[in-house]
Amino acid sequence: MAMKTYRQAINEAIVGEMRRDADVILMGEDVAGGAGGSGEDDAWGGPLGVTKGLLSEFGPGRVLDTPISEAGFIGAAIGAAASGLRPVVDLMFNDFVGVCFDQVVNQAAKYRYMFGGQDQIPLTIRTMIGAGLSISSQHSQSLYPVFSYFAGLKVLVPSSPYDAKGLLTSAIRDNDPVIFCEHKLLYDMTEDVPDEGYAIPLGEASLLREGGDVTVVALSRMVHVASDAAAILAREGIETDLLDPRTTTPLDTESILESVEATGRLVIVDESGPRCGMASDIAALVAEEGFGDLRAPIVKVTPPHVPIPAAPNLEALYVPDVNRVLDAVRRVVAY
Amino acid sequence: MATQSRTELLAAYRTMATMRAFEERMHIEFAGGGVPGFVHLYAGQEASAAGVCANLTDHDVLLNTHRAHGPAIARGADIFAVAKEIYCRGEGLCRGRGGSAHLHDTKNGLWAANSGVGSGVALGCGAALAARTRGTGGIAVALVGDGAVNQGVVSEGLNLASIWKLPLVVVVENNGYGEATAAGYAIAGGGIARRAEAFDMPGVQVDGSDYFAVFEAAAAAAERARRGKGPSLIEVEVTRFFGHFEGDAQTYRSRDEAERARRERDCLANFRRTVVAEGILDAGELDLVDTDVADLIDRVYAEAEAAPYPPDDELMEFIYADSL
Ligand SMILES: Cc1ncc(C[n+]2csc(CCOP(=O)(O)OP(=O)(O)O)c2C)c(N)n1
Ligand SMILES: [Mg+2]
Repeated sequence: MAMKTYRQAINEAIVGEMRRDADVILMGEDVAGGAGGSGEDDAWGGPLGVTKGLLSEFGPGRVLDTPISEAGFIGAAIGAAASGLRPVVDLMFNDFVGVCFDQVVNQAAKYRYMFGGQDQIPLTIRTMIGAGLSISSQHSQSLYPVFSYFAGLKVLVPSSPYDAKGLLTSAIRDNDPVIFCEHKLLYDMTEDVPDEGYAIPLGEASLLREGGDVTVVALSRMVHVASDAAAILAREGIETDLLDPRTTTPLDTESILESVEATGRLVIVDESGPRCGMASDIAALVAEEGFGDLRAPIVKVTPPHVPIPAAPNLEALYVPDVNRVLDAVRRVVAY
Repeated sequence: MATQSRTELLAAYRTMATMRAFEERMHIEFAGGGVPGFVHLYAGQEASAAGVCANLTDHDVLLNTHRAHGPAIARGADIFAVAKEIYCRGEGLCRGRGGSAHLHDTKNGLWAANSGVGSGVALGCGAALAARTRGTGGIAVALVGDGAVNQGVVSEGLNLASIWKLPLVVVVENNGYGEATAAGYAIAGGGIARRAEAFDMPGVQVDGSDYFAVFEAAAAAAERARRGKGPSLIEVEVTRFFGHFEGDAQTYRSRDEAERARRERDCLANFRRTVVAEGILDAGELDLVDTDVADLIDRVYAEAEAAPYPPDDELMEFIYADSL
């Protein structure tokens, strides 16, 4: 056990699985450091250095730099997965799914079902989500609800280094296509992470705080915003059940419903949009299946329905913050 | 050799010197922490956008890339508004919504600097189609990088431009790398210019450290487009002086690659040497331009840094043209 960053935890999960299983390969833009240049090999490890060191250990046969051809290499990864490999593919910013959407949602998601269950697609697509770097609307979205829309995909949204390692390990071992969403503002977050490999089962929410007055469900980086809010609320005498679903497909509906049964109040904090997003999805679940337990209307804390602006002041208004969570919780408690 | 007048050449020098000084200063300001977001600097590639833009009229459209600052300046966007956009200020070209990689200025025929690399080729097909349909006489020029050439949309756009004989020029700025990955590794088929052949269009390769070579290739391609003969592709070989983005340690390329390019393949130095040797312009007037530019850049950065962010209450503006 040692303090490790989210970035290191992800790197360790891939290394661990590549050592364990020769069928695991890695591909993506600059993941092998940037091939063919006049300088060092293994220089970059993807733009944020997450996969640095892998080329040196596993060689260019299993760690492949790709051209900027997402439709091509994600399609190739699907074909390789159908053939028995277990590719881990880096889509870099999740916004780029725009250029390979067909491969992800029409090929990977449907390959097993549409062909009558003959095949399995053990594919992991790693991708970055989240706003906060002033890099505007083609680089900052959180598209996990879009992925979650499609039956056939599993979708993971780890909020901490520990969860990142355990969930990515599960993703790589999983026999279905998994979209693994890394929040770009979490890469330098540290916590104790075991050196050995471990797998966190998909579909198990983690209860980060037990309260009883209100259930707050938060995803990815919003878990930390909600956690800060919960600490402040505790001083006001409001005790929060803070739940991090960790995976949106499968979604741990039971834990959410159980908590709401006890608290009667639900606030969902989600960085994806207010329309057709995870907050709407979870709100609908509780409205349908937990209506009798509710003592107040469900409140969603999400960004407004607008593309993400570059200007730091506007972006700060866009991303849900502690104050918005405090307002929401106080509102449902006072209802 | 030069088909441009003395005045035009002096203007070309001013444009390139402005682009260079703007980026050298951006390098310093970014390191100082004052610039939001990511920035991709154009230094070293100036002759490309300058040589291309010298052939464009008010009716034409230049499709920009994420390495957007230089082409925006070359196309004639207000440099104060360019800097303010990079600083995400309310008076920026895009009112602070886009930042460095999304410089766009419709009224000056500068379009859609983009984080979706390669998309300019398809958007450019549309601009070219509209120009022809509406009889404006305009053409579209799409800038793309060597890395972007491997996007499907680039192949699709080249094909479309060819079968429809669109007035489009695709300018591939080959700086040797897409991020950290070398073009030599990533591109099959014996080079970028050769891909044009597959789409029945002329494809030429020019030295991007030579303003005149770029100008002439762009003039020929623009002329062909204007005469209704269809699209062309120009591969401009350049070296970027800085990293892929600011903060890039650049260990994937040899230490002296950029330094050698600064010594041997500097388009500004080459331009100066040629025009002085040929007696077209004299060193003194070029020096005067340099002084002027230095002063301009000081004013541009001072004004941009002092400018306010967009008003908070405008977050929800500009989503729809017709309100919901
Ligand atoms: C579709 C897509 N994939 C990946 C990226 C990430 N990305 C941004 S710039 C870049 C490299 C582009 O290389 P090139 O086209 O050669 O332009 P250069 O940066 O060298 O000017 C990449 C891969 C992107 N912006 N869009
Ligand atoms: Mg390039």
